[in-house]
Amino acid sequence: MKSAIAALALALLSGFVPGFANAAEITGAGSTFVYPLLAKWSDDYSKQGGAKINYQSIGSGGGIAQIKAATVTFGASDMPLPPADLHEAGLIQFPAVIGGVVPAVNLPGVAPGALRLTGPALADIYLGRVKTWNDPEIVSLNPGLTLPALAITVVHRSDGSGTTFNWVDYLAKVSPEWKARVGEGTSVSWPTGVGGKGNEGVAAYVQRIKGAIGYLEYAYILQNKMTYALVQNAAGRYPEPGKASFQEAAASAEWSKTSDFDLVLTNAPGDGAYPITATSFILIHRTAGATGAVKGALDFFRWAFAHGDASAEALDYVPLPASLTAAIEAYWQANLP
Amino acid sequence: MSAGGARMLRRQVVNGLALGLATLATLTGLIALVWILATILINGAGALGPHLFTRATPPPGSEGGLLNALLGSLMMTGLAVLLGTPIGILAGTHLAESGGRRWIAEAVRFVNDILLSAPSIVTGLFVYEIIVQPSGHFSGIAGAVAMAMVLLPVVVRTTDETLRLVPVSLREAALALGAPLWRMVLFVLYPAARAGMMTGLLLGIARISGETAPLLFTALNNQYLSFDLTRPMANMPVVIFQFALSPYPAWQQLAWAGALLMTLFVLLLSLGARFMLRPRRG
Amino acid sequence: MSGMAIARAAPRARRLPWGDRLFRLLLASAAILVLALLGGTALAIFWGALPAFLHFGSRFLTGLAWDPVRQEFGALVPIYGTLVTSAIAMVTAVPISFGIALFLTEVAPAWLRAPIGAAIELLAGIPSIIYGMWGLFVFAPFMADHVEPALTALLGPLPILGVLFNGPPLGIGMLTAGLILSIMVVPFISAVMRDVFLLVPLALREAAVGLGATRWELVWRVVLPQTRSAVMGGIFLGLGRALGETMAVTFVLGNAHEFSASLLMPSTSIAAAIANEFTEADSNLYRSSLIALGFLLFVITFVVLALAKWLLARLSAGEARR
Repeated sequence: MKSAIAALALALLSGFVPGFANAAEITGAGSTFVYPLLAKWSDDYSKQGGAKINYQSIGSGGGIAQIKAATVTFGASDMPLPPADLHEAGLIQFPAVIGGVVPAVNLPGVAPGALRLTGPALADIYLGRVKTWNDPEIVSLNPGLTLPALAITVVHRSDGSGTTFNWVDYLAKVSPEWKARVGEGTSVSWPTGVGGKGNEGVAAYVQRIKGAIGYLEYAYILQNKMTYALVQNAAGRYPEPGKASFQEAAASAEWSKTSDFDLVLTNAPGDGAYPITATSFILIHRTAGATGAVKGALDFFRWAFAHGDASAEALDYVPLPASLTAAIEAYWQANLP
Repeated sequence: MSAGGARMLRRQVVNGLALGLATLATLTGLIALVWILATILINGAGALGPHLFTRATPPPGSEGGLLNALLGSLMMTGLAVLLGTPIGILAGTHLAESGGRRWIAEAVRFVNDILLSAPSIVTGLFVYEIIVQPSGHFSGIAGAVAMAMVLLPVVVRTTDETLRLVPVSLREAALALGAPLWRMVLFVLYPAARAGMMTGLLLGIARISGETAPLLFTALNNQYLSFDLTRPMANMPVVIFQFALSPYPAWQQLAWAGALLMTLFVLLLSLGARFMLRPRRG
Repeated sequence: MSGMAIARAAPRARRLPWGDRLFRLLLASAAILVLALLGGTALAIFWGALPAFLHFGSRFLTGLAWDPVRQEFGALVPIYGTLVTSAIAMVTAVPISFGIALFLTEVAPAWLRAPIGAAIELLAGIPSIIYGMWGLFVFAPFMADHVEPALTALLGPLPILGVLFNGPPLGIGMLTAGLILSIMVVPFISAVMRDVFLLVPLALREAAVGLGATRWELVWRVVLPQTRSAVMGGIFLGLGRALGETMAVTFVLGNAHEFSASLLMPSTSIAAAIANEFTEADSNLYRSSLIALGFLLFVITFVVLALAKWLLARLSAGEARR
């Protein structure tokens, strides 16, 4: 009996104490977009004997602010920081995972993927210039589709968000007017529309309002089985959103020509590249050597890049191509000797 | 007679109408209560089960519970009570015992009432600035301090109010017997006001166990079960907040189950507080 | 009053035994700490808001733009949204609370009063995030499907009032947020009203009833005039809550930094803007502007609550005189 209690106590202790034994518990915070995946990776990693990585979604801007304030070991952001900012704050940056932002629509009678839109058309819709679904600009793109004379309700994120950043970055790249009037950022001054809180809020409004259009992370489109529209890419094609088209966008990007991986994947070249492909970046302090918590975090990402692809794909994310993870390893060696 | 009768009738009609509308207003309030509780119950009941109490929050696609969040909330609430209650009781005693005339007591009473209704997100920002940023990490302690700041004014106010209800004769008798003030307060006033003070504490705990805003920037959250108060700590409100807005059905289920547990806990506390209060009122 | 008795009964500090001096010191320092916490909060917020105030000056209060890209921030829309949603909340919550207080003091049989009073007070115990979830997933769709189309059809054609109720039935917007706020403040206002109604001396009631007053006349002509300032105090207390409510509003208000006359359209409030955007504020000026919003909220609630306290205090002063 006594030994049973002792064994139980020991089991409990061994369950709880690793946090102490493994002195550096590692905390990360930031992007909501990578939260599910990092939670999954962290769980897999700890089950294989790795350190416990606690990642919390507080938003990309929060991730940047918290890593600058040094309250976390690493931050995550869907928007890359320019190298000048990184150096000023003493940070390094590398991509972690790739996904896509997809327009969702509520158009009765229109099948998922049936509606086709170009970047300029999306910009005109979000500028409030194209107000109905049977506007000539949309009809001319969809000869085989009968579009109703329904008013368009634009839905955007109400909270600041990395998803928004990638969406408006794309609109700014394809529409000079958007670039001049609205610009880009994690939150912008929207010319029109209603704001939903989080992806869930946007999804809820799009599902509820007939004639609505909103932009969502790919996982929400899949999980909520929503009707999405295809967007024309830089090569003039309309690729289906998904692993193949996201990965092609990632592969077409010339990461080697950037410094600190400062690259946004939207409007990437390549026939099959998805036009609104988004990357999540990890931010870590540039320390004299990779020790303690920083080393723990790098070990975690090294493990994730090597063994985390299946988990990523199961959650509808796209893992980084091998060429990119090799470049990241080299970047670590160069910056954290 | 007929003019007077018509007037009487009109008064009766107005009376009936007013009382009818009053009943309708009460029904509206009750319907809102039932509607909200039913929503929580219907969505949350399906996800209830022992696993909620034995397993930590899962990554998407796996099974799990709310153990880390429940224990984290419990620990932080406990610490917040340990921090907030003694200070609150002492400050409340000061208010009740220093008389209504002194400007400082009036100022504190006024300020306390402001704190009582101050937006709690502002409290979170304050604790972030004074604890999280200087110490370099989010922590359960910071979360507990933020919760204590929300709890404190509730305790101050109820202590002040209930102590002032204790009959003057009781105090004077104790003091006339030569008891020092501190003995009188400790052994006469507090026992006499115990029920009211406990009520205040329970209401305060009910208030802090549902607060999300002050925890977001202080305790953060933790995917794992952790007993280390110097590290980020899981808690119910933030887990519910994150999971409710996620795309994964399993997480949304946990959010509703958590919402149900939290609501039940808070409502039981409020009811308990009322129950304690009743003998005093009756 | 009992406190004054103690002050008289206990000799002044010099002659107190050391135990009592220590005890008094302990009590006083706890009280000062409460004071310091609020002062500290106010100071910290003011400090954080200073860059925005210095940069924008009075433009911060009157500016319409809220443009993170161009770093141009004006608080007028969040202030407007805060005031409008709170106004909607008060317009609906005050009559309902009065009705509940009337029901609990005059209509309900004695055995029903305690349980119904407790049930209404439970509304105050439900955490704000629960109101938010219910609002987003249940109440907003209900408003969009049933209430808002009817309102637009019924009131939309009216000449001036119509503007308030025209617009797409989105379910989110100032009306939905205001109504949820009203549910949240009803328990506070009705509890104050009920409690002060019960304070009216029995003799007055009996006199009125003896003169043949109906129960409505008793409340409207005797009870309400007697308790007017305390009732106003209760209303302001509720208003203070409504102004600062964060989580519930954040879910259903839509956070659109845009003026719209229609109550069906989304807007934003001070608290919702902070909750929605604080974590994503990526520049110092943006962060500071959000904290400056928090400072404005602090000042507004401070004034409203001070007014509430003053009005409630007038009742007790009046009582003391009687």
